[in-house]
Amino acid sequence: MDKAIVEVKGIGKTYDGGVEALREVSLAFPPGQLSTLLGPSGCGKTTLLKIIAGLIPHDAGEVWVKGQRVHGPGPERAFVFQDFALLPWASVLRNVAFGLELRGVPREEREELARKYIAEVGLKGFEERHPNELSGGMKQRVGLARALTVDADIILMDEPFSSVDEQTRRKFQEDLLTLLRHRQKTVIFVTHSIEEAAYLSDQIVLLTPRPGTVLRIVRPAVDRGRSADQIRRDRNYLDTVDEIWGILKQYV
Amino acid sequence: MKLFGKNVPGFLSLAVWFIVWELAGRAQWSSIVPPFTSVIEAAVTILPTEKFRAAVIISLRSFGIGMALAIAVGIPLGIVMARVRGVGRILGMWVNIFVSAPISALVPLLMAVVGIGETTVVVTVFLFAVFVIVLDTQVGVSHADRSLVEMARSFGARPSQLYGKVLLLSALPEILAGLRLGAIRGVKGVVIGQLLVAIIGVGELFELYSNHFLMEEFWALVIIVFLFAFAVSEAIALLERRVEYYASNR
Repeated sequence: MDKAIVEVKGIGKTYDGGVEALREVSLAFPPGQLSTLLGPSGCGKTTLLKIIAGLIPHDAGEVWVKGQRVHGPGPERAFVFQDFALLPWASVLRNVAFGLELRGVPREEREELARKYIAEVGLKGFEERHPNELSGGMKQRVGLARALTVDADIILMDEPFSSVDEQTRRKFQEDLLTLLRHRQKTVIFVTHSIEEAAYLSDQIVLLTPRPGTVLRIVRPAVDRGRSADQIRRDRNYLDTVDEIWGILKQYV
Repeated sequence: MKLFGKNVPGFLSLAVWFIVWELAGRAQWSSIVPPFTSVIEAAVTILPTEKFRAAVIISLRSFGIGMALAIAVGIPLGIVMARVRGVGRILGMWVNIFVSAPISALVPLLMAVVGIGETTVVVTVFLFAVFVIVLDTQVGVSHADRSLVEMARSFGARPSQLYGKVLLLSALPEILAGLRLGAIRGVKGVVIGQLLVAIIGVGELFELYSNHFLMEEFWALVIIVFLFAFAVSEAIALLERRVEYYASNR
C-alpha cells in the first residue's frame, strides 16, 4: 500500500459541556481511494471529518496531510457539505467558481473552469440559475462541482446525499464513482448508510458511538470496474453489507 | 383586501377615512378637525412658500446626517456584537434598553450638552435610528448560515472576504429591515428634535401653526411628514423585496 495521504493520530475531541465526541482515533487514508466513516448517529464521524478539514479544533492528537502537520483548512482539501452551503444570492456559476474567487483567480479563468465542471456534474444549462431554483440533488451537484473546481487532491464529503431523495441518490452515487475513477482523488466520505458505504468505498471505517473510537476497518473486495447494477448484485457487496450490519447492530 | 366576498383595493380604506374626516370637518364637531379638503388646499398653498422650502432643506439635512451617522455606527457595531461574544453580551443589554427607551426625554438633556440648534436634531435622529439598526444587524449576522461560514473558511477565505462576500450579504435582509425601521424612527427624531428645540425647520412650522391655531396648515404638514416617512420606508421595502429570496433560501 502507498503511503497515506491523510493521517490522523490519537485524535480526541470533547465539546464544551463535556460531551466526548472522539477518543484516541488513529487512521490512515491511502491516496486515490474512497474511504468511508460509518457509524450510528452521535459517533462523531462528522466531527472527525471537520477536524480533518481544519474546521473544528481538536483537543488531542495530530492531523497530517501529504506529510505535513496541519492546523487549519488548506487548498489540498475541499469540503462538500451536507446542507450544500451554497450562496443563495449567487448564480450556480459563481457558486462553483467561489473557491477560486476566494483565491483571487481572475474572473474569466475561474468561470471557464467552473463551466467545465458544471458540465461534468451534469448541470450544463443551469449556470445562471440560483440555488433556490434547483432541487436538492442538483444543489449537491453544485457543491461537488465547487469542490472539483479548486482541484484539491482530497475531497471531504459530509453525508452529501442525505438530503437527496432515493432515486437521485443512486444516480448521484454512480456519477460520483465515474467522476472520481479517473481523477486519482482521495475521498473521505461520511455516511450512515451501510449500502452507500459498501457500494462506494475502498475502505470503510466503523466508529463506535460516544465517544467515537475506531471499531473496525472493512475493505470490501468489490470489483468496481463493473456496472452499477452488477456491483449491487455482487456477492462480496452483499456480504459486506451483512458483515457491517452484524457489527453495528449491537450499537443501535 | 376582501369585503363581502369582493376584491377591494387597499387604498379604498384610506378613501373611507378621508370621507369620514371630511364629514367630521364639515359638521364642525371640533375646531381642531378642519375638513379634509381644506387641509389639502392648505398643503397646496404651503408647498411653494419660501418658509416651507427652508424648513424642508434644514430638516432633510438633519435627517440625512443623523441617518448617515446611525448607519455608519450601527452596522459595524452590530457586526462586532454578533461576532465577538463578549462585546455582544456587554453592549447587548444597553442596546436593548435604549431601543425601547423614551429617547425624546433625553433631548432636553442634549440641548444642555450640544446647544440649541441643528446639532441637537442630528443627534436626536441618530439616537432614534441607531439602536434598531444595531440590533437588526446583530441578529442578521449571528443568524447567518453557519455552514456558509464554514464553507468560506474551508475554501480559504480571509477574514475580509468572509465579511464582504458572505456575512454581510447573508445578513442583508435583516440589515435592510433595520434600516427601514431606523429611517422611520429617524423621521420621528427630526420632528421631535425640532419641536423640542422649537426654533428650526419643520418643528418650527409645527410650533407656529399650532400656536396660531392654523389647523389646516398643521394637518397639511402632518400629512406631508407622513408621506415622506412612508416614501422612505417604501423605498427600502422595495430593496428588501428584491433580496427576499435570500431569506427563503436559508
